[in-house]
Amino acid sequence: MEKKDWNVLLVDDERDFVTTLSERLALRGIRSRVVFDGESALREVAENPPHLVILDVMLPGMKGLEVLRGIRAGFPNVKVILLTGHGTTKNGIEGMKLGAFDYMIKPLDIDVLIEKMTEAAGGRR
Amino acid sequence: MLRTIFRHSFKDLHGSEDILSPERYMSLRRKIVVLMAVVAVVPLLLMAAINYYEYRAALGREIQNPLRILLSKTKNSFELFLAERTSTVSFIASAYPFEELAQEKNLKRIFKVMAQVFDGFVDLGLIDENGVQVSYAGPYSLAGKNYAEQSWFSQVMIRGTYISDVFMGYRHFPHMVIAVRHMDESGKNWVVRATIDTTRFDRLIAAMSLEPDSDAFLLNKEGILQTNSNYYGKVLERLPMPMPPQAYEARLVETQDQSGEDIYLAYSYFPETDFVLMAVKPRGSALKTWYMVKGDLLFIFVLGVMAIFLVVYKMTDLLIRRMRESEERRELAFRQVEHAQKLSSIGRLAAGVAHEINNPLAAINEKAGLMKDLLGLRPDFPDREKFITLADAILKSIRRCRDITHRMLGFARRMDVSYEELDINEVLADTLSFLDQEAKHRGVAIVRELDESLPRILSDRGQLQQVFLNILNNALAAVPDDGKIEVKTGEATPDSLAISFRDNGCGMSQDTLEHVFEPFFTTKKGTGTGLGLSITYGIIKKLGGDIAVTSKQGEGTLFTVYLPKTARKEAAS
Repeated sequence: MEKKDWNVLLVDDERDFVTTLSERLALRGIRSRVVFDGESALREVAENPPHLVILDVMLPGMKGLEVLRGIRAGFPNVKVILLTGHGTTKNGIEGMKLGAFDYMIKPLDIDVLIEKMTEAAGGRR
Repeated sequence: MLRTIFRHSFKDLHGSEDILSPERYMSLRRKIVVLMAVVAVVPLLLMAAINYYEYRAALGREIQNPLRILLSKTKNSFELFLAERTSTVSFIASAYPFEELAQEKNLKRIFKVMAQVFDGFVDLGLIDENGVQVSYAGPYSLAGKNYAEQSWFSQVMIRGTYISDVFMGYRHFPHMVIAVRHMDESGKNWVVRATIDTTRFDRLIAAMSLEPDSDAFLLNKEGILQTNSNYYGKVLERLPMPMPPQAYEARLVETQDQSGEDIYLAYSYFPETDFVLMAVKPRGSALKTWYMVKGDLLFIFVLGVMAIFLVVYKMTDLLIRRMRESEERRELAFRQVEHAQKLSSIGRLAAGVAHEINNPLAAINEKAGLMKDLLGLRPDFPDREKFITLADAILKSIRRCRDITHRMLGFARRMDVSYEELDINEVLADTLSFLDQEAKHRGVAIVRELDESLPRILSDRGQLQQVFLNILNNALAAVPDDGKIEVKTGEATPDSLAISFRDNGCGMSQDTLEHVFEPFFTTKKGTGTGLGLSITYGIIKKLGGDIAVTSKQGEGTLFTVYLPKTARKEAAS
């Protein structure tokens, strides 16, 4: 699948971060939608299932891992890359066990992110 | 009162200070020793003293009583002897009429019979009321002698009987006189007078069978000896001591004789006559056994006190040593817990800070990244190169910040340990290979002394590499160019291995040494995070090992890592 055909959903409560990231992805030819909380994320996924979700673990209200659980339960084909600002790999490992494709620690290196997204889109997992 | 004293004396024990100084242990030991010794010795002393006096009193009675009884018996013998003789004389005086006794032939016959039945009679005489000797039977020719002027005659005429003191007779042996007056129906008075040889007294005294150093003798109330004594003069000499107070029962006094010797003096006055019987026993000989007992008592006492002191001292020593050891162990454990808590709380703080910073940092990162992206799309942008350089600088700084926050998070992270069987030498060689290039470049010699016979151990390869790398990096930073680093492995105890890293670098000050494992403590101002060694410390503790460091400024540093041969769950964080 070509980059321009990817359907990506970004979920993070840090608006500055997530909108800018979306813009940067757009500059690289990747279309993405942005939501700021877990509930909206699940709604968005249900309405228009994306190929890929970039999901922050620390969200207000519904926790990131619950969102992940919800996505995995309803849409097992949707790949999820977790983001965490927190150093505890516990969340990451737990996320991986729940079926996340990978996880990354903020701040991100956009090239590495795109690498991982490409891997995910390649569908090797 | 007692309680306050006790509490005051032993406040060292109640003290809450964690460090007991050697002086306090010394004073505590001294106090315990003194208290225990006093508590043990005082009753012993009391017992010994009571025993001493009781025993002496008992022994004294033991010696005194037989002496008193013997004296009493002998006095009875004397009284019996005198009473018999007096009765005999009295009997003769009353049994025969004057006329019969007046005939010397009759008198001699009576005397003969009398002398046969009772020994000791020397002569017998009849004296009329005018004091004239009427008849006489005996060895001397005393017939016709007039006694009217002599005091004994007037006494016998008044009192009826008379027993004289001992006196020296004509032939120079001691005598005494017994005289009895008799009055017949017609009112005529006469006196029968007998002389007794008092050598018989010596036999009575000899019957007491006293010990050779003792003495017994008869005296009159004036203190004139009536029998010979062994040590206090011959018969009719004066006793060289004052007379004891009058007493008719056997009495015993402790006194001194004329030569100053301590003696037991037993005596008894005769109620009927003027005599006093005395027995003397030197106290020295009487108490000979007592002195022996006293010596034994003293010996046992001294031995007991010595034993008490020895035991008390040893016990206290043991007690104090145990106490000190446990205090020190407690202190050490306390410090370790404190250290672990410190690390843990700093770790939590670090993680919190890192997390809080990471989110805004991520935003900055994206903004700067977007800036650069946009600049890349606008070749006509004025000062484009300058802005790209600026954006790169921002991104570079962000990366630096990220490195720091990631290391901080790594420090706080509770990494899961994955144990595997590994060869410590191999892990070490792997790690060293990372550094070979730098070492070669700087001319630093890395000397390996690896014990090839070491057993494989259960541990975490990745974590150990991290540990070795941290220590070796520090060593490389410390040594000058052309310096030397020695890496050595070996067995520390049957259960553990030791890996030591010695460098000849700049070394550390005492102050640095104390903080070397604390997080954020660094000497590499500006370049170090101060986390390397504290992470190292945490990892080694987690692996159940230990790390020790010694260093001398200007001479170098020695790090020694101890690892258990078998994996062990470590509770500390």
